[in-house]
Amino acid sequence: MTSDRVLGGVGLLLAAFFIWGATQIELPFISDPVGPRAFPYLIGGLLALASLVILIRPDADPVWPAIGRLAEIMIAAGAMVAYALLLPDLGFLIATALASAFLTWRLGTSPLSSLVAGVCTSVGIYVVFHLILGLSLAKGPLGI
Amino acid sequence: MDALSSLGDGFLVALTFENLFLALIGCFLGTVMGALPGLGPSNGVAILIPLAFTLGLEPTPAMILLTSVYYGAMYGGRISSILLNIPGDEPALMTTLDGYPMARAGKAGEALALSGIASFVGAFLATWGLVFLAPLLVKVALLFGPAEYFALFVLAFATLGGVASKNQAKAAFAAALGLGIAMIGVDGQTGVPRFAFGEVHLYDGIDFLVAIVGLFALSEVFIFLEHRGDGSGEGKDSQVPMGRLTPPASMLKACAPTMLRSSLLGFIAGVLPGAGASLGSFISYSMEKRLVDREGTFGKGDPRGVAAPEAGNNAAAGGALVPMLALGVPGSGTTAVLLAMLLALNITPGPLLFQQNPDVVWGLIAALFIGNLMLLLMNIPMVGLFVRVLKAPPRFLMPVVAMVSFVGIYGISGSSFDLLVMVLFGLLGWILRKLDVPMVPVILGVLLGNLMEANLRRALTISDGDWSALFASPLSLALWAVAVCGFVLPLALGPLIRRRMRRDEAGSTSD
Repeated sequence: MTSDRVLGGVGLLLAAFFIWGATQIELPFISDPVGPRAFPYLIGGLLALASLVILIRPDADPVWPAIGRLAEIMIAAGAMVAYALLLPDLGFLIATALASAFLTWRLGTSPLSSLVAGVCTSVGIYVVFHLILGLSLAKGPLGI
Repeated sequence: MDALSSLGDGFLVALTFENLFLALIGCFLGTVMGALPGLGPSNGVAILIPLAFTLGLEPTPAMILLTSVYYGAMYGGRISSILLNIPGDEPALMTTLDGYPMARAGKAGEALALSGIASFVGAFLATWGLVFLAPLLVKVALLFGPAEYFALFVLAFATLGGVASKNQAKAAFAAALGLGIAMIGVDGQTGVPRFAFGEVHLYDGIDFLVAIVGLFALSEVFIFLEHRGDGSGEGKDSQVPMGRLTPPASMLKACAPTMLRSSLLGFIAGVLPGAGASLGSFISYSMEKRLVDREGTFGKGDPRGVAAPEAGNNAAAGGALVPMLALGVPGSGTTAVLLAMLLALNITPGPLLFQQNPDVVWGLIAALFIGNLMLLLMNIPMVGLFVRVLKAPPRFLMPVVAMVSFVGIYGISGSSFDLLVMVLFGLLGWILRKLDVPMVPVILGVLLGNLMEANLRRALTISDGDWSALFASPLSLALWAVAVCGFVLPLALGPLIRRRMRRDEAGSTSD
């Protein structure tokens, strides 16, 4: 119940924001009869309507993970963000080894085998995608 | 017999060393992904799209690779259904009903082989259906103007949830979300930026590949993190003895009519908008149960109960390609992802595809025949190999999935910004899945939003701003009518069908 109420509420806010955003689109001098605003208005309306129905007739709540598990997901997402930001600096091999070792560890492997798995994943992808298939990957300080 | 000669040309395209090799790789990867619980056809194809794109594959080889994965995943899903009682992907759910009891009775090998043959029959017949039906549909589609296309897009969204859809409001919510995301970026017709808020990265819009890989592949990693340790999705040791790997001729003979009927039903379910493979296998199973289950053996390891859903879901997979190729409107999640590949390659599916790029269409169809044969050979003698893959623990596998997704997306743009957006989509996908909001409409919205708007504006430009032009022709009226029915019908039928699905499931697991 509560989850869907929140979803509906967020959806309504999003719809309002979207419609406001659509009013901010500048109109060009020469345009087709519909213009760039009409379709976004339609979408915003649909979003608002759907959100309202969800708000009024919510489904039963899903089983949310315990707070610890939720933190786990957030940390993993954080690790991925860090990976995205550090990739250009660290280069593919190092960044990928670290990130996949971290994920493997968080998924319940012992730290040492995670590190091994991370290095294997990184080198494996490097060999298959870069050396064999010729995909360009981010270069690191080691020059590879 | 135009279709046949075109198909002949298609074989000339498909029978090159490169294409055969890609089909082989695709079939293998697809079976593996289908077999692994958690990875299904849509995630599998989603992960590979950016790779196929960055590898600089030509359209035909790229599509051959991806559709081989698609067909392969349909084969692979049955393996864990039969051995572990865990469907490898959603359409394989019905296969657990009789497949697992067969395996428990020491006939795992026979069940695997039989389901492999049933898959082959389903996919083979459906590919023939595709050969003949798609050109017919193209002829109809040539009558479509912008107004009809707009109505067709609405129809696609309205029916996407399928007859068994749980909550139409959530489906509409998802569609609006996807369409809204598509609006970000510079308007193609007037050149004004929309919803970019001055952020230069947003001027090009959100790349739909980024959205797809985030929603499908990364969210799977988050789901797995959430369930770590409670055993779901963890690769169980299969202690099931395999038994002989060839089904006796008498069993095949008994199942032959079942396979043929199920293939036909599955194909129809695949072609119809909003049905898809899951429904194809469900309808096939329930019809066979009603028709031939005289001794009440269905659900207790009846071979026909294995053959029916497998023929059904593979036939539906082929059928779903018909509207995707002929109209450019996908009827299922995986075909939506395949459509993304075509759009990324600057190929717009639809009637013009058949005229402008016949080599792509017919090469693809020929490759489906070839891939299907490969899959049969791969899945009968070599099924033991895939069974071993099932034992690979997901805790090693999921990080690989995540990393391969990153590599693919980074390869396309080389920008960290896209990777960040992808992580956001991964989280969004996780939340949406928790809240039971379907993800396919989101994807379809991101994919088709701009095309849909372009058609709307074109139609209204022709009519000089008169909105009634959208409902002017009988064809568009018919499309609107189907769209409305497709949206309203599940409200009435949905609970009924879901109850029946649950009952079938419960009835067999309690035995």
